[in-house]
Amino acid sequence: MSKAIVPEVPTGTAEPVLRRPTDWSTQASRRRTRRRYAAERRFRVMGLAAVWLSVGFLVFLLASMLWQGVSGFTETRVALPIELRLDITPDRAAGRSGDLALAGAGLEGAVDAAATAAYGPGGAELLSDGAWLTVRDAVKADPTLLSRRFIAQIPVAADIDVAAKGEGTPDAEAQFARLSRAGVTSRGFDIDFLTHADSTDPTRVGIWGALKGSLLTMAVTLLLAFPIGTFAALYLEEYAPRNRWTDLIEVSINNLAAVPSIIFGLLGLAVFLGTFHLPRSAPLVGGLTLALMTMPVIVIAGRNAIKAVPPSIRDAALAVGASPVQVVFHHVLPLALPGIMTGTIIGMARALGETAPLLMIGMRAFIAAPPGGITDPATVLPVQIFLWSDEVSRGFIEKTSAAIIVLLVFLLAMNGLAIYLRNKFETRW
Amino acid sequence: MTTPKITARAKITARGVSVFYGANRAIDDVSIDVTQDEVVAFIGPSGCGKSTFLRTLNRMNDTIPSARVEGQIHLDGEDIYGPDMDVVQLRARVGMVFQKPNPFPKSIYENVAYGPRIHGLTQGKAALDEVVETSLRRAGLWDEVKDRLSDSGTALSGGQQQRLCIARAIAVDPEVILMDEPCSALDPIATAKIEELIHALKGRYAIVIVTHNMQQAARVSQRTAFFHLGHLVEFGATSDIFTNPKAERTKDYITGRYG
Repeated sequence: MSKAIVPEVPTGTAEPVLRRPTDWSTQASRRRTRRRYAAERRFRVMGLAAVWLSVGFLVFLLASMLWQGVSGFTETRVALPIELRLDITPDRAAGRSGDLALAGAGLEGAVDAAATAAYGPGGAELLSDGAWLTVRDAVKADPTLLSRRFIAQIPVAADIDVAAKGEGTPDAEAQFARLSRAGVTSRGFDIDFLTHADSTDPTRVGIWGALKGSLLTMAVTLLLAFPIGTFAALYLEEYAPRNRWTDLIEVSINNLAAVPSIIFGLLGLAVFLGTFHLPRSAPLVGGLTLALMTMPVIVIAGRNAIKAVPPSIRDAALAVGASPVQVVFHHVLPLALPGIMTGTIIGMARALGETAPLLMIGMRAFIAAPPGGITDPATVLPVQIFLWSDEVSRGFIEKTSAAIIVLLVFLLAMNGLAIYLRNKFETRW
Repeated sequence: MTTPKITARAKITARGVSVFYGANRAIDDVSIDVTQDEVVAFIGPSGCGKSTFLRTLNRMNDTIPSARVEGQIHLDGEDIYGPDMDVVQLRARVGMVFQKPNPFPKSIYENVAYGPRIHGLTQGKAALDEVVETSLRRAGLWDEVKDRLSDSGTALSGGQQQRLCIARAIAVDPEVILMDEPCSALDPIATAKIEELIHALKGRYAIVIVTHNMQQAARVSQRTAFFHLGHLVEFGATSDIFTNPKAERTKDYITGRYG
């Protein structure tokens, strides 16, 4: 047993150096203090400026969208006195094949004739292309209209609608002025915009098709990416041995999160459509493709959240005899879940706004009916916005803005739900 | 250091235990035994391996990938590193209390009920309630928390949290309790309470306590082991270690020449 390992207690102290106390009142010292304060102030001002700049941009964006888009939710209508003399019984019109029967009985011509009678030659041009469809729906709802004269509120043609909102051609403006002098125009909330799908006529378009497509696509994405991402993160953090392979996987996942989204679109095209022959333009394929894109984001956020769970909690659980799986599912996962959910929201928000990969798998097709399921052809909100912004007709401008508002509201609702869930999980303890 | 003879009442016997972290030998050839009705204290300067050795006794070192244990450790004659030993069961039999109080971020009730629940030790709510109450009573915490069992365990004071951790450990009815510097994060009053608690628990559980505080070792333990640089320097009755140490290094340490 050697004594050398016991350190010697220091004996005898060194001569203390004589040293004057620091003079804090010199010129140089004061200048330093002033500079320190100035740096502090500069930093505050710059930080505040950055915050206000971003707030300003956000307000500008929202305000301009609202300004442009709100009129997209309204439509201009004219009152059209109409008396249908159709060779059709009320029973057949209200029946299951009423649509076909009414079309066959010449409803469209009757509506055009009524327009010509009411507003003179060219009167039919004033009405929306779908005017007769509005009348058809009214007749189906109330078959007694077949046998009496009534006044229908018909949406006006796209160019007249634009003129009504103050942006039209001189010709359309004049026609609208004529109608409004006659006192037959009115303005109302366009409920069809929220319930219909795409159309070639801006007065007939609706966002519901795209909204439902987005909902279905997001559902597929969430159902795939969240569990797979979470389990991957848990396995990599809690179980995987640290070696070259896990390093490689980690680097690959980080790289995947940075891959341009169009590449994922090509992958989806090649794999899901090319190899597996899944239906083209379907939310199923869109969801699969976006799940590939979202998963790395969830894995990265999940791993960070899992890393942030204090090791003492794992020790505590192990020490009372919890098995590794119990440690993970009873303690680590619940504590990491709020963080994993934050990552999921970020990933999902990105997926919701994604256009490029969906163009590759055919979700840019013109789809005039809302999808019935995840294998029906569909489009999604951002693609719909992209398609409408490309349209020539002036009436699509406000519809594009209105669609952007719907997309933003969807995004806000999604984030709101996520924040609610996160808080709920955090306060459960 | 001669190998102590195996006493008939030995709960834990360690023979020739060495622990490696990679190539680095943290514990070198330690032999020790702990009997059922005593408190054994491990003392020694920082980094001497006393905590490492403690963690080999319930295989908590398994969580460190680079750690490797050589030698034999028996619990009631069963080799705890043997192929038949179930680690989960071992840790239920050998409970542990850590340096920093680490209650689960759940209610006080849930903290104590967790162990019995995962091991299926109780049938029904009433039985579980009883186990929770008994454990909290034994940990001397019942009177302070009985009206707020649904409050979060992390809302308690440091000393209360540590007693909650002790209650959590004894709720699974272990045979041995390992304590890794349980008072180092506590103030003197909370420390005194924990020490009283150790006295109260003595006999029911074999207790091994690692401490930096030599007075504490002297107060709570019957036998003391002095570790230095991974070696067990001296192991004997606490009164002997503190009044009549045989080894030079022990004497230097307990007289405060280093540590």
